[in-house]
Amino acid sequence: MFELFSYGPLGWGDEILSGLWVTLRLAVTTLPVGLLIGFAVAGLSLSHNRGLRALGVGYTTLMRGLPEILTLFIVYNGVGLLLNRGLAAVFPDAGPVEFSPFAAGVVALAMVFAAFAAEVLRGAFLAVPEGQIMAGRAIGMTPRQIFWRIKLPQLWRFALPGMGNLWLNLLKDTALVSVIALDDLMRATKVAVGVTKQPFTFYLVACLIYWLLCVVSELGMAKLEQRANRGVRRA
Amino acid sequence: MALIDTLVQNWPKLLDGVGTTLALTGMGALIAAIAAPPLALLRAQGSALAQAPLRVYISFIRGTPILAQLFLVFYGSGQFRVELQSLGLWTFFRDPFNCAVLVFAINSCAYQTEILRGGIQAVAPGEIEAGRAIGMSRLMVLRRIVFPHAYRIAWPALGNEIILLMKASALASVVTVFDLMGRTRQIFSRSFDFSVYFWAAALYLAMTVCFVVLWRLAERRLSRHMTGQTPQGVQ
Amino acid sequence: MQPQSSHDAVLKAQNIHKSFGTHEVLKGISLDARNHDVISILGSSGSGKSTFLRCLNFLEIPTSGQVTVHGEEIVVRNGRPGDPRQIERMRQRLGMVFQQFNLWSHRTVLENVMEGPVQVKRRPRAEARDQAEALLARVGLAERMHMYPSQLSGGQQQRVAIARALAMEPDAILFDEPTSALDPELVGEVLKVMQDLAAEGRTMIVVTHEMSFAREVSTEVVFLHQGRIAEQGPPDKLFNHPDSESFARFISNIR
Repeated sequence: MFELFSYGPLGWGDEILSGLWVTLRLAVTTLPVGLLIGFAVAGLSLSHNRGLRALGVGYTTLMRGLPEILTLFIVYNGVGLLLNRGLAAVFPDAGPVEFSPFAAGVVALAMVFAAFAAEVLRGAFLAVPEGQIMAGRAIGMTPRQIFWRIKLPQLWRFALPGMGNLWLNLLKDTALVSVIALDDLMRATKVAVGVTKQPFTFYLVACLIYWLLCVVSELGMAKLEQRANRGVRRA
Repeated sequence: MALIDTLVQNWPKLLDGVGTTLALTGMGALIAAIAAPPLALLRAQGSALAQAPLRVYISFIRGTPILAQLFLVFYGSGQFRVELQSLGLWTFFRDPFNCAVLVFAINSCAYQTEILRGGIQAVAPGEIEAGRAIGMSRLMVLRRIVFPHAYRIAWPALGNEIILLMKASALASVVTVFDLMGRTRQIFSRSFDFSVYFWAAALYLAMTVCFVVLWRLAERRLSRHMTGQTPQGVQ
Repeated sequence: MQPQSSHDAVLKAQNIHKSFGTHEVLKGISLDARNHDVISILGSSGSGKSTFLRCLNFLEIPTSGQVTVHGEEIVVRNGRPGDPRQIERMRQRLGMVFQQFNLWSHRTVLENVMEGPVQVKRRPRAEARDQAEALLARVGLAERMHMYPSQLSGGQQQRVAIARALAMEPDAILFDEPTSALDPELVGEVLKVMQDLAAEGRTMIVVTHEMSFAREVSTEVVFLHQGRIAEQGPPDKLFNHPDSESFARFISNIR
């Protein structure tokens, strides 16, 4: 039993670990990209311009309504297609390029993450008490100052619980990229299953690893929330 | 025009996929909905000892990718083929549709249990007490007061959960179920016609929108007593 | 005064103690309610008067002591009800009206009043409906019966709650500060209904801050102080010649 998961040519420990490494890299790379797009979309949906607001709301509605795996396929197949068409137009001599599954994973997961993150951020912006904003206005702050000095520093605190959930979803959604042949934890497990013919054992181990990641993340988030709530009395 | 051609050529297959997606989601959600109320009650009012296995189950389901859960059941059952055959259960587990429904039910049940628990805990204690004070039995208090309120409170969250389940049902395509996602991938892999993804997205969105409308209508019925509130003289 | 005997006592509490953790709220309280008694329980907040009332129908389980309803003793074993059925039966005979009304917000006024007779007593719906309509007419809310509680004022809600209690045809009704959650201008309509009930000979135990009600309507006044009965007797005597200093101070503070 232990041999199966040992490190080295006999066991599958090293393959699974390198799969885990890909999973973690994917999640950690996606997070900042998703946050960045999320901020932009939140900005759109809070905009005073009706057209921009519709764009923001449309994006979140669309991305939250589609299955993640469909988004992934659209990005993987579609963006690859577009990329090659574009390249062919500019550099007719260059051959077709492979759109890497890792990049496709990052783009697709970030697009999904951004839609949910935008909603969390929007809620967090609106959660800053009206009184504090009025107080800022009362001492003559410009809207820009109110944004940077009052709203943004508190955003963190209001957004953190929602973001924590999105991080967990992101970790779990990375499993989807195994379907487009990226060698993440899920796919490494699948390869091991193919050889050992012990599907239950290996998929259970994969599940336990994901579970551990989530539980550790939850603990870390609780710590972060404690930090973020320093100076704020609990009701 | 190419877009329309794709639909015209493939609509029987896509429609068939929609049916399978609805069946997967509906059956999974329904089985979960039957199992969730007693579990939610246990989670809300049970002893710490009785809650322990329930907490582990919910944490495991929430901490692992649904794709991994699906693989664990569908491929993992192969490891116990002989045992399952002797129990007469092998024909059940050999069918990916059955496995998908089973996994979706187990998965959704964990989420529905937590949502319903929140609803149960939010019921006004005074109304429960009023029931006890006229001599209602424990069961009658649950049936006449606690659950009607809990469902009304939990209704929007339960709707969200069913939408998430419908999106997750697209994963069944990975274990060769021909739901909408499965049909879409099949059509794409034969024709490399990218616009089929557009129609898949449109159909998923249409299903979500229809569901949201129906769910809101039901919610309005459930919340009749909340409309037109004119509380006076109540502190 | 009628001769005191345990047999015509509707409700009898003996030496009730109740502790929450190490804090002893009730330190041995006994009370007899006979037919047609209207007993007002007074006391400052924290004196344990609401806790005592809730011990009478076992919404709180007394730490020790006995409650007897029509000569039947409620069984308690190890701090838990010995027989839940017995308590359910007993509660059907003791109506209760709460400070916060506690109407079922998901049912109409009429449904609130019918709920007990139909669900608990298994009466036919039509019969329960006739009775509920009559009771709602009595408390002056006939035309509101298809509304939901959230559409009524506090005073109206409390009158519905009284009708709900009456619908069970109880032998006695417990009132837990029925006017304390009401705006001052709405107190009168509820007191009026309670006065009418007293006049028709209902047995009532009322925890209240309304001195006028205690003085003019009740047949007996009980004053709780720090978990004990500090003073007890007919209202005339108590209000005019209080024995205890604590009650004298209590009534002088109220005025």
